[in-house]
Formats: sequence, C-alpha cells, structure tokens
Amino acid sequence: MTSIGTGYDLSASTYSPDGRIFQVEYANKAVENSGTAIGLRVKDGVVLAVEKLVHSKLLVPEANRRIQTVERHVGVATTGLLADGRNLANRVRDEASNYRSLYRSPPPIKELVSRLSMYVQVYTLHSSVRPFGCSTILGGIDEKGPGLFVIEPSGVSYGYHGAAVGKGRQLAKTELEKLKLSEISTREAVFEAARMQVIVLLDDPVVNLHLFSIHLVHDDAKEKDFELELSWIGDETNGLHLPVPKDLFEEADRKAKEALENFE
Amino acid sequence: MDHFPTSWGRPRNDAIDAFNTYPLHQRPHHAPKQDVFADGVQHTQQPIVTGTSILAFHYKDGIMMAADTLASYGSLARFKSIQRLHAVGSRTIIGASGDMSDFQYIQTQLDQVSIDEFTASDGHELGPAEVHEYLSRTMFLAYVDLLGTTYSATTIATGFGAHIAIPLLRSAVEGKENDLTEEQAREIMTTALRVLFYRDARSLDKYQIATVTDAGVNISEPLKLETSWSFAEGIRGYGSQTQ
Repeated sequence: MTSIGTGYDLSASTYSPDGRIFQVEYANKAVENSGTAIGLRVKDGVVLAVEKLVHSKLLVPEANRRIQTVERHVGVATTGLLADGRNLANRVRDEASNYRSLYRSPPPIKELVSRLSMYVQVYTLHSSVRPFGCSTILGGIDEKGPGLFVIEPSGVSYGYHGAAVGKGRQLAKTELEKLKLSEISTREAVFEAARMQVIVLLDDPVVNLHLFSIHLVHDDAKEKDFELELSWIGDETNGLHLPVPKDLFEEADRKAKEALENFE
Repeated sequence: MDHFPTSWGRPRNDAIDAFNTYPLHQRPHHAPKQDVFADGVQHTQQPIVTGTSILAFHYKDGIMMAADTLASYGSLARFKSIQRLHAVGSRTIIGASGDMSDFQYIQTQLDQVSIDEFTASDGHELGPAEVHEYLSRTMFLAYVDLLGTTYSATTIATGFGAHIAIPLLRSAVEGKENDLTEEQAREIMTTALRVLFYRDARSLDKYQIATVTDAGVNISEPLKLETSWSFAEGIRGYGSQTQ
C-alpha cells in the first residue's frame, strides 16, 4: 500500500485516486490476523469450524464463542474483531425474526445473507463509522438444501462449497479443494474440518510448535493455548444448528491429531 | 373521525335485508380512545372460529393432553381437521380452547420466543413453567383464562370439559398420578372425550392425544372415537318420536 500516509485512508467515505477504499482494506487486515474459520457445505448439511487463539489461561474454557446460532437452522462463524462479529450475529437474528413475522416461514439462507451484506455495506459509506473488522461465514439449511456464504467487510457476499477466512485461509482452501464436498456426509465433514484446523494450526509460525507436539503426545488440556469450535447442521441434527456433541468432537479432534502424527 | 361505515349506524329494515348482521352485537369503536387509562387492554370479546374443550392430566411417565380437531364457526362445524395441540420446545405442550386465530397468534409468538432462547445456545430451554408464566403475562387464553387467572393442577380441562370432564378425570386420576400407565391414561382420556362428544354440541369424534415424557413431546395423528348410539332407540318424549 504505497498510498498510505497520503490522507486517503482517514475515512471510509473517501476513495484513493486509484479507486480503493483503504479503511475497508484495513478492515480486511483485522480479519487476516485472526484465527481461521472454515465452512464446509456437503451433501446433507453444513459444518462450521473455528480455531481460536486463547490469549489467557485464566479464561473459562469455551468462553468467547466465535460460532453463533442465529436461527434454528442457521449458524455464523466470524473471524476478526469478536465484538463486531457479535453485532453482526445479532443483526442476522433480528433480520430472521423480522422475516418470520412478515412471511410466517423460516428465512431462506440467501435472504439472510443479502440482508446482512447490505448492513455491512452501509458501514463502508460513511465517514462517521468504521467498516466491520470481520468476515462472516454464514451456513444453514433451507428448503433448497444446505447453503454456505461468506460476507466480507466490504459488504460483498459469495456462496461457497467450502469457505475459509482468517489467518490460515490459504492452506485451508488448498485442503478444501482436495475434498469432494458435495459427496461426503455432514458427519464425515466434521472429521475433515477438525483435521484441517490442525493442519492450519501447525502451519502457523505463531503457534509454538514444541508446545503443540507435547499436546500430540500427552494431550494435556491445561496447556492449551488454542481452542477448536465445531458446529453442524444436517440430517443428524434434524436441520438444527448445534454444537458438535462432545463425544464426536473429541473423536474428531483425536483422529485429526493422530492422522497428522502418522503423516509426519 | 370514525371511518368505518358500520359504525355510522343506519336504519334497520328486515324486509329488505333480512340477513344483514346489523345491528352488530357490540358496535365497534374505531375512533381514538378518549382516555387510554379508562379501560384495560381488551382482547377478543367475540371469538369467531372457536375450539372446544382441552383435557389434560398427569400420569406415570409424564402428562397427557387431548383435544378434538374441530374449529367451529358459531354453531357450524366449519373446520373438522384443525390441530389444537402445539408443542413448544421438547418439554411443553399447549392446547387451546376458544378463538383459533388468537391461538395461531400465540403459536407464532411462542415460536419466536423459543428461537430467541435457542439462539442463545446456553443449553437452556423453556419448560412448561416458563411458557405458562409467559402466557400469563402476555395472553388471554386457557388456562390463563380471559380474566388472567392461572393455576396448575394434576387434572385440567377447559371449555365445556371443565364442567363435564373434570369430575371424571379427578375420580380416575387424582391420587394415582404416579401409577397410571400410558395405556390406562389413554383409556381415561378417550372415555372423557367420548362423554364430551355425546354431550358437547361443539365437539367432534376426531381427536388427537399428545404426551410429554422423558422422551419428549409426541402429538398423535388424528384418531376416531368409537361411539354407540343404540341407546337412542330407547329415548322417548321429544324429537320426532312422541310415543
């Protein structure tokens, strides 16, 4: 960004001479620095997975969730600023409730995405506000089947078979491309998501590799400085967005680490 | 200004317009209220499409609730396949007598409330006590009734059933709540429903039975009451038979 310091980055309502909005690009930086979130849209459902760095051992385990439920059949995973993510999730909840009161039926995923992206986009227009420092993966099931979308700080949204945002997105995308997403089940996708998050985590230079290898051997939860969140929506959950049950979560987490040990 | 023509009044003439609903039983008052504090909040005072009794009682595994599937339009059996039992979450069932449009409204309200609870994803779910409390604060239905009275008991019946079925249910259920099997409970329920069908002109022989147990909520498909009308042969003294 050569144009930094030229004064075009002071407000989201100002373009640079070459047509960029720096405040939005800075918002993307906030996303790129945070833990990786991935979403898999598979045969019968959607799986969301977030690896978050736990910055203090004093935190209650499973606090500060990055995966949130916004409707019975819809979940969001956010990366970037946690508080911004909460605000966006609340917005989707309001939109979903509003849709229900007007049409007396569950909101389609696409509709929620389009409403959320309009909301995000408005924050790129005014000098008095800053754009949202988070990319949102929104996944759910509606009458058309599973849906998976990413909403970026600029307000654009795209539909995906497999989505990855945050620090390790490049590696995660490479891994996602290896899968036949439209053929595997939601249960299988849970295992894949856990495996991918371990791969992404190991690749991260910030993560203390030595510490991590101790985990692989001893699985000492007390030493953890990162935490995995997994949620799923599919036939097995009756179309509800729910956290992956504990036994399945642990099985997926264990297998992911085992697979990696064998791989190395 | 009240813009509703029916509120303006007009001369009545049975010769020209015998079937006109005028005069309305209560003239609707559409103009802004003079004193908002003079009256309380008033909900439906003239139900249109109505359901009759709901029966419910405790048994060994949980509770059982039943209702027929009729929604009457005055004395006309207008809708014969309307479900009057509704599950709220996995531990609660509600059933409604009275105005069916109000019941549908309550269903959507409770649906949104339970979605709000679900999205909190804190592992808590609204149970019957919470739903009951919510209804008593917001609503106008049995049993929260039109006066806002609430109570809980091991046997409950609304509508005509409050007069006819309650004594039957009390003698069959009270004191035996922890012993009644599902089969026995079903027997008691169908007996009560059958008596109601014989006596209540706004009831139907098609009904549904719901249970709430540890296994969750289950609402049955519509069932048919077995009835016997042979006793009618022996009745004399009114109708077409005078002898």
